[in-house]
Amino acid sequence: MNTVTVVGASLAGLYAARELRAQGFDGRLVMVGAEPYLPYDRPPLSKSFLTATATTAVTDASTITALDAATPTVTDRATGTAAHPPYASAPEDHLALTDPEEIADLAAEWLLGTRATGLDQRGRAVLLDDGRTVVTDGVVVATGASARRLPGPQPAGVHTLRTLADARALRADLTCGPRRVVVIGGGFIGAETASSCVALGHDVTVVEAAPLPLLPQLGPDMALFCADLHRKGGARLLTGTGVAGLHRMAPASASGVADPGTPRLGPSNRAPSSPSGISDRPDPSDRPDLSGHVTAVELSDGRVLPADVVVVGIGAVPNTSWLSGTSLTVSDGVLCDGGCVTSLAQVVAVGDVARVDGVRAEHWTSATEQPRVAVRNLLAARTVEPVAALPYFWSDQYGSRIQFAGHRLADATVRIAEGSPDDGGFLALYEHAGRVTAALAVDCPRPFMRARRELRVRQATAA
Amino acid sequence: MIPVCRLEDLPAGESVRLDTTPPVAVFNADGALYAVDDTCSHQDASLSEGWLEGCLVECPLHAASFDLRTGEPTCLPARRPVRTHRVSVVDGTIHVHLTDPTVTPVPASAPLTAAASLSAPASLAASGSSAGRAPMTGEGSAA
Repeated sequence: MNTVTVVGASLAGLYAARELRAQGFDGRLVMVGAEPYLPYDRPPLSKSFLTATATTAVTDASTITALDAATPTVTDRATGTAAHPPYASAPEDHLALTDPEEIADLAAEWLLGTRATGLDQRGRAVLLDDGRTVVTDGVVVATGASARRLPGPQPAGVHTLRTLADARALRADLTCGPRRVVVIGGGFIGAETASSCVALGHDVTVVEAAPLPLLPQLGPDMALFCADLHRKGGARLLTGTGVAGLHRMAPASASGVADPGTPRLGPSNRAPSSPSGISDRPDPSDRPDLSGHVTAVELSDGRVLPADVVVVGIGAVPNTSWLSGTSLTVSDGVLCDGGCVTSLAQVVAVGDVARVDGVRAEHWTSATEQPRVAVRNLLAARTVEPVAALPYFWSDQYGSRIQFAGHRLADATVRIAEGSPDDGGFLALYEHAGRVTAALAVDCPRPFMRARRELRVRQATAA
Repeated sequence: MIPVCRLEDLPAGESVRLDTTPPVAVFNADGALYAVDDTCSHQDASLSEGWLEGCLVECPLHAASFDLRTGEPTCLPARRPVRTHRVSVVDGTIHVHLTDPTVTPVPASAPLTAAASLSAPASLAASGSSAGRAPMTGEGSAA
């Protein structure tokens, strides 16, 4: 294998590159990244990156150099004449997943700000959006997922939170004094963003379509606990209602006239709040032009929530469109066997985009654990090892750290093993047929580590 | 020199966190005492709540591991060391001698030196000049 192309300069992509070199691959390594940045860590984007607004906004410009590769750069392995991406230390360089020394060691060609648009039928060439083609022997698919958006155009003030660019844009909107923030979706991104917005002093409402947030992930008991975190933390939580549409400021010239661009998510049979059904707040001439800016979120139960900033956290869609036309099977992710190998032996997939043995796990830990096995199987040209990871994720909300490991079975019972949900931290164990299958901790790190280790040992011995 | 606790109050395998700035974690690793900066160099997590095994401590959040003798990470995702501090026992009381906070630990990688030697000194100058501009609003990266 002379050339391996990693598509996705992501967490999973970087770990794949590391594994390729660690496992002895010394050929040409090409890293293709749609974003113009070196690999960075996304978890802080909904947490410290947002709440750091007040103190570090002015240093943001210098921060960018830690991740930005202003021009896509290519490292020439043979000559060593490398034009490395700029990489300086900065207050927020904790987002950076790598450093100049490792960049040099990896000796990869970084094609950043470059999107892969296709893969040839046999997986031997990656097509790029700048017209170039990378001829390759092996491919690691690490293109991740994109934030799911509401249908229709997205008015100003409406955000998703997935990328550094998303986070910068949202952060900018949160620095203009107290705002009314509506977070659509009570999942992890929604809850963490809501928590950060409360910490920044904003008025926050979280809208969740399900009866409780995080129901599928945590089950009813612990989901109820997380719902209380919102309320205790100072955010309003509205559950069991969807979103019918967004209201936005009408253009100044068309004040009072329905804005045809207003996205609506479905029919609304109730009496509209204004003759046009859209709140056409006139744009006073002495105010900045806010035409097109979001003004409210209309719920499917008829309520209208005034909003200056809207954050849409309704899940993510795997980035697989570039793989259409190949022989790879795509169905909510790239289908892989238990060893991350696709239907083509020289194409493996890792991270959020990979459906490994039927499961697509959008976990940070999956993105860091799958690449070792995927690369081993890629270099062996067949599946010699399956992934044996125990699912693990964590979330920081309203000053509480939630950690979860294992498999939650649908009819599991939850037992509080340490502490109490009513008072400080606790460890909860999910039991099914007399066996512990998962553990959840809130501010209870040591007992959680013990439980996680025990789950891991049990999984290994059961395998 | 900061008093921590009585020696007998920190049995083997236990740790204690000092609310200094930055916070410091003190460990009793099978009888040997160590002190390091408490916050994991990868992300915000308290090493005093970590898993102690020999003279290695595993971060409770992402399982990064640090050698308490040197502060160096022994596995990913941490890539930078945590500062170490000297520990002494005076009259049965554990004390921590904080390493000068102005002395940043020099990681093995020494990123700035490496960057400067890589024919890209312009990147450092660029960061200085751009820092003088107005705060970024995100439009520069929205593409």
